[in-house]
Amino acid sequence: MNIVVLVKQVPDSGSERKMDPADNTVARAAADNVVNEIDEYAIEEALVVKEAQGGEVTVLTVGPDSATDAIRKALSMGADKAVHVSDEAIKGSDAVQISAVLAAALGQLEFDLVICGAEATDSQMSVMPALLAERLGLPQLSGARKLTVDGGVAKIERQTDGGYWAVEAPLPAIVSTWDTINEPRYPSFKGIMAAKKKPVETKTLADLGVDASAVGLANATTQVVDFAGRPPKGEGVKVTDEGDGAQKFVDFLAGQKIV
Amino acid sequence: MAEVLVLAELNPAGGGVRKTTLEALTAARALGEPSAVVIAAPGTAVGVKDALAEYGAATVYVAEAPEVDEFLVAPKAEVLAQLVGEKSPAAVVIPSSPEGKEVAARLAIKIGSGFLTDVTEITADGTATQVAFAGQVIVHSKVTAGMPIYTLRGNSVTPEPAPAAGAEQAVSVSVSDAAKGAKVTDRVVEQKSSRPELTEASIVVSGGRGVASADNFSIIEALADSLGAAVGASRAAVDSGFYPHSFQVGQTGKTVSPNLYVAVGISGAIQHRAGMQTSKTIVAINKDPEAPIFELADFGVIGDLNTVVPQATEQINARK
Ligand SMILES: Cc1cc2nc3c(=O)[nH]c(=O)nc-3n(C[C@H](O)[C@H](O)[C@H](O)COP(=O)(O)OP(=O)(O)OC[C@H]3O[C@@H](n4cnc5c(N)ncnc54)[C@H](O)[C@@H]3O)c2cc1C
Ligand SMILES: Nc1ncnc2c1ncn2[C@@H]1O[C@H](COP(=O)(O)O)[C@@H](O)[C@H]1O
Repeated sequence: MNIVVLVKQVPDSGSERKMDPADNTVARAAADNVVNEIDEYAIEEALVVKEAQGGEVTVLTVGPDSATDAIRKALSMGADKAVHVSDEAIKGSDAVQISAVLAAALGQLEFDLVICGAEATDSQMSVMPALLAERLGLPQLSGARKLTVDGGVAKIERQTDGGYWAVEAPLPAIVSTWDTINEPRYPSFKGIMAAKKKPVETKTLADLGVDASAVGLANATTQVVDFAGRPPKGEGVKVTDEGDGAQKFVDFLAGQKIV
Repeated sequence: MAEVLVLAELNPAGGGVRKTTLEALTAARALGEPSAVVIAAPGTAVGVKDALAEYGAATVYVAEAPEVDEFLVAPKAEVLAQLVGEKSPAAVVIPSSPEGKEVAARLAIKIGSGFLTDVTEITADGTATQVAFAGQVIVHSKVTAGMPIYTLRGNSVTPEPAPAAGAEQAVSVSVSDAAKGAKVTDRVVEQKSSRPELTEASIVVSGGRGVASADNFSIIEALADSLGAAVGASRAAVDSGFYPHSFQVGQTGKTVSPNLYVAVGISGAIQHRAGMQTSKTIVAINKDPEAPIFELADFGVIGDLNTVVPQATEQINARK
């Protein structure tokens, strides 16, 4: 069972995130960059499947040189090797374009399963599995809270409002995971040391046979025209409950014509 | 006037159109004349046609076939791409559910377009507004390749009726084998609730770790019911087992944008804010006067939720 797990490096959602006014893209260079949180669940799920069924886990990321940190984290958790697609021309690419690069990179790998996170915290789009499934003609098993792989068939519980859909597909398939699916392990000291020796192959667009005109800000399919900080809220009213807190709350709602 | 296709999102089994569809029809009018597209199991469209017409659908395209429900996402994108090919619309607008975003993504690849997700507004020149980074940044964007595709975030636009003909037009459906990869074998509802759906509700009452137990969430539910609201929960409340995950509001849960959001016993961590910051009015009840949630609140009560919430519920019920 060979698995490719897609990992994205993103600005930490817990620190202040900025846009770059020079080109209206996410300011990544100066940001506090981390592995996209939900991708840790994707890595964990890939390791769980591998541990049960054998095979190899390959990490695939498209991102700047700094994304090696994200790769090391995945390798220290237990992934076997990595492919890092890095090329100046990719900067500023949108989801459609990144999916073309990821699809080309996947085309050079052998896998039974691709596992990715359900959503990146920077884009919050939740579309990469659908884009890749469409490009590669593979079944899409997205939004999983549970995955089982058996006899050449992958089955998921796709998380929905108040329940789930049971969805299944023959391998190879693309799965995306929510944070309900497992509890990611922490890298052990041994894992961190071992990760330093694991192979990381760096590829450029030329290596993938992707034309530079297919990617980058100038050729993007969408464009950020402008951005601004959200206007700060006016100072709200704050009361301390001295037996009348509920009354004041209800009065406020009445003033807003809510009750 | 240019035609704009709006993909209808329906409630399960005979439950009618979702409010998000009416919002999408309303938003689409900025770009041209909306037509609704119903891609669903046979026998679905009759129950929703009138509502679609009332909210501005000049035409209702009906693409009914069992396969569009039996397989995940891909068949719907295929049918929509076929219709786009036939009608050459000015744009496509889709409600921003998980499925809606995935249909948009696959359609974009099929027709060579760009797409924008979770937009909160669309103007006549096609510029869309998006809210990024936990609501801290407002972005204006455009699709620069092909026919623009937008997914509209729920509760961003107020649905306004604009009666139109709603002329039904059948669309013949043939789903390719390639789109039959992921088979839906069961749809399971684990929590049946009479409350409004979280992302659609105009009022949401959420509880956090401060609620302290699963049993005690009944006081959150009672306040919600007095207001006709949906119930939400912070991640800490969900992780502590107080409330099911599907009610989690925040970065890894639902994004809500109701008229009123009441945060009870929630500190207001950035990841929680990510899911509720664009709510129109925010009320916080918290015993810690330094809780960051108060920075967002239009109205805050510093106090013990165990006394304030039941009292407020009683008073709201007494006003009815
Ligand atoms: C990658 C990532 C993603 C995340 N995604 C989400 C997400 O999607 N949604 C989400 O909500 N969080 C998310 N979080 C978690 C988030 O950072 C916080 O941990 C969480 O929101 C805190 O929940 P809380 O406010 O209920 O708990 P706490 O931080 O413990 O706060 C409880 C609050 O209740 C108050 N309180 C306690 N007792 C009482 C009482 N009796 N009366 C009144 N007030 C009381 C306390 O003063 C405190 O302010 C995420 C975190 C990470 C790292
Ligand atoms: N540049 C990238 N490199 C590798 N994986 C990615 C990249 N962008 C997105 N992904 C994967 O796709 C998932 C969903 O991302 P998104 O659709 O952008 O919300 C993420 O959780 C990642 O697993």
